[in-house]
Amino acid sequence: MDKSRRRFIQGAAGAIAGAVAPVESTQALRRENKQLPPNALGMLYDSTLCIGCRACVTACKEANDVPVEQPAHLREWNVGVWDSGEDISGKTLNTIRVYTDGTKERKDREENGYAFIKRHCLHCVDPSCVSVCPVSAMLKDADTGIVTHNPDACIGCRYCVYGCPFGVPQYQFDETFGKIAKCEFCEHLQKKGEIPACCDVCPTGASLFGRVDDLQQEAEQRLSKQPGDRYEFPRGRLGDDRPTHEAAIPEYQSHVYGVKEAGGTQIRYLTGVPHQKLGLPKLPDESYASLSEGVQHTLYKGMIAPLALLGGLIYLARRSTKQHEDEE
Amino acid sequence: MAQSTHQPLGGKLLTKPFMLFALLFLIAVYFLATRFMFGLGSVTHLNGGYPWGIWVVVDVIIGTAFGCGGFAMALLVYIFNKGEYHPLMRPALLGGLFGYTLGGMAVIFDLGRYWNFYNLLLPWYAQPSSVMFEVALCVMAYILVLWIEFSPTFLERLGLTNAKQKLKRFMYIIIALGVLLPTMHQSSLGSLLLVMGSQLSPLWFTAWLPLWFLLTAIAMGYGIVILESTLITNAFKLPSEQRILSKLSPIVGWLLAAFVVLRLIDLLAHGHVAPMFAADLNAFMFWLEILVFVMPTIILISPARRTDQRQMFLAALLLLAAGSLYRINAFLVAYDPGNGWSYFPSAPELMVTIGVIALEIMLYLVFVKKLPVLHGTRPA
Repeated sequence: MDKSRRRFIQGAAGAIAGAVAPVESTQALRRENKQLPPNALGMLYDSTLCIGCRACVTACKEANDVPVEQPAHLREWNVGVWDSGEDISGKTLNTIRVYTDGTKERKDREENGYAFIKRHCLHCVDPSCVSVCPVSAMLKDADTGIVTHNPDACIGCRYCVYGCPFGVPQYQFDETFGKIAKCEFCEHLQKKGEIPACCDVCPTGASLFGRVDDLQQEAEQRLSKQPGDRYEFPRGRLGDDRPTHEAAIPEYQSHVYGVKEAGGTQIRYLTGVPHQKLGLPKLPDESYASLSEGVQHTLYKGMIAPLALLGGLIYLARRSTKQHEDEE
Repeated sequence: MAQSTHQPLGGKLLTKPFMLFALLFLIAVYFLATRFMFGLGSVTHLNGGYPWGIWVVVDVIIGTAFGCGGFAMALLVYIFNKGEYHPLMRPALLGGLFGYTLGGMAVIFDLGRYWNFYNLLLPWYAQPSSVMFEVALCVMAYILVLWIEFSPTFLERLGLTNAKQKLKRFMYIIIALGVLLPTMHQSSLGSLLLVMGSQLSPLWFTAWLPLWFLLTAIAMGYGIVILESTLITNAFKLPSEQRILSKLSPIVGWLLAAFVVLRLIDLLAHGHVAPMFAADLNAFMFWLEILVFVMPTIILISPARRTDQRQMFLAALLLLAAGSLYRINAFLVAYDPGNGWSYFPSAPELMVTIGVIALEIMLYLVFVKKLPVLHGTRPA
């Protein structure tokens, strides 16, 4: 091995070691979490207000033109009329799931109780789906922060389905020409000045539409009250003049889910039952995209490292091929 | 033995094993037709929790690692300038050519919206932060590079020595690209998992994923070279390459040993001891994987064992099994989407994967029989 070759190999080994070795934890490799957009729109879902009527599910299906869904094992019980999808899917953009325990006596109780939870896109502040999509088919609006999907760009690789920590984007496996389905916060209705269908039809204000910072304040206000206090729960859009729904403040879990989870989301959850029991995963404050993009940007910054490596490889390959010119 | 030249093997093409592979391939074609008519769900067990199955993990991620023979040998022959391994270069490249070309083909039938595939090449859709974007472009470029690297074989066959000489003049650039591109995308196949966070078991999730995938891909590349050489020299009664192979094996053995030790150190350094000894599938698969990595490592490092052709063949098989198991574990076993989702491939899904492998072997046989790929000749 001649000197220059050895120097190159040592250099390359050093560069690799330097890039990865001093990292005791993975923290140092992360880029910063992204920030909440200036006019972020979102939803406050208060599980204690939800009565499980699923009006939001029906309204969503109508507004987004997705069909009624019936799992095979429920089809006989319910002949073709009621939607009975058990979770979001390629044809169900939102749904209400139920938690039960023991005798199921009291609502919003962890033991011997039951509770409802709504499933749909959380419109992450730093979304994995946007980060992983190779063809920019997942888009996050720079102003409102709403995450939309462009099927004309999508190649159907399903990395967004695999990567989303909430299991939100879903591919239509049963279609010849399937596409990715996800809640786009009724972007088409918002363009006409309306609000997302689920919030519009919710009779109790369990799904409440609004600006994320206003919704955050509203959530904190509810938490600041004493259980049993009477409270005027807004409905539809926060700040609108719709009649409110008066009820007693329940016993809330003190944590507002969605503020910091996976770098933060634009949905806020208030619940009576611990979040993980309701299928809301425990997630770190760092967004998942911050690590993968951090590593990727470290290795490929300005393509300097790959180009330097290519230069070295060309040099070495040239010397070897010259030496063995007659071998072929 | 004088330096022999590359020669086509000749011989009958439509042998019995060939017909069997053809039958397996036809079965796959039937299920693929079903997939294109009625959608992915009509053939596979893919679901909302497990959107990636064996067509991604086996056909593409493991398939391209099996195709790393060309990459691993180029690294040795041209970058570390070990000319003595040159006879292994062409068959290794051929393996790479099919591993990658068919892996690329498998991507097409796995893509849910394959008719938009070309969007990957349209600059206004480009998303450079996506690991998938980098992998896709790198793999496409590498398939092209492999065909150029292999093209002297065609040119020789066609008697176009002039073109071959011209190509040779800038071949070193192609060779360099042929090392750079797999270094990038084989490591990036590991980076694909960096976004998974707690959805992956801590036994597999680490910031070192890209390096682990790169190291194991190179090791698998050598594994396939050993396997291929042993099978071909025996089947076609060619001069044995055992001498070169036993020289190659300690390199591979130490590479594997380094991987296993570094991986364990990383896990211990992050304090992931509890999941190692949990009574669950993850822990079981983890130790099985370590075991299957350690066995070939021992054979390849031990001077007594590595001169034995049978042991070497076993080591190559184990090494490929270990790398494959690592990939299946990382992408499917370690991954838990929650919500009670589960996945096990359907029979048709498996048949498609088997059919793709059958096609690969058929094409390999056609190429070595018709084109000057291998060294030496069959005794008359």
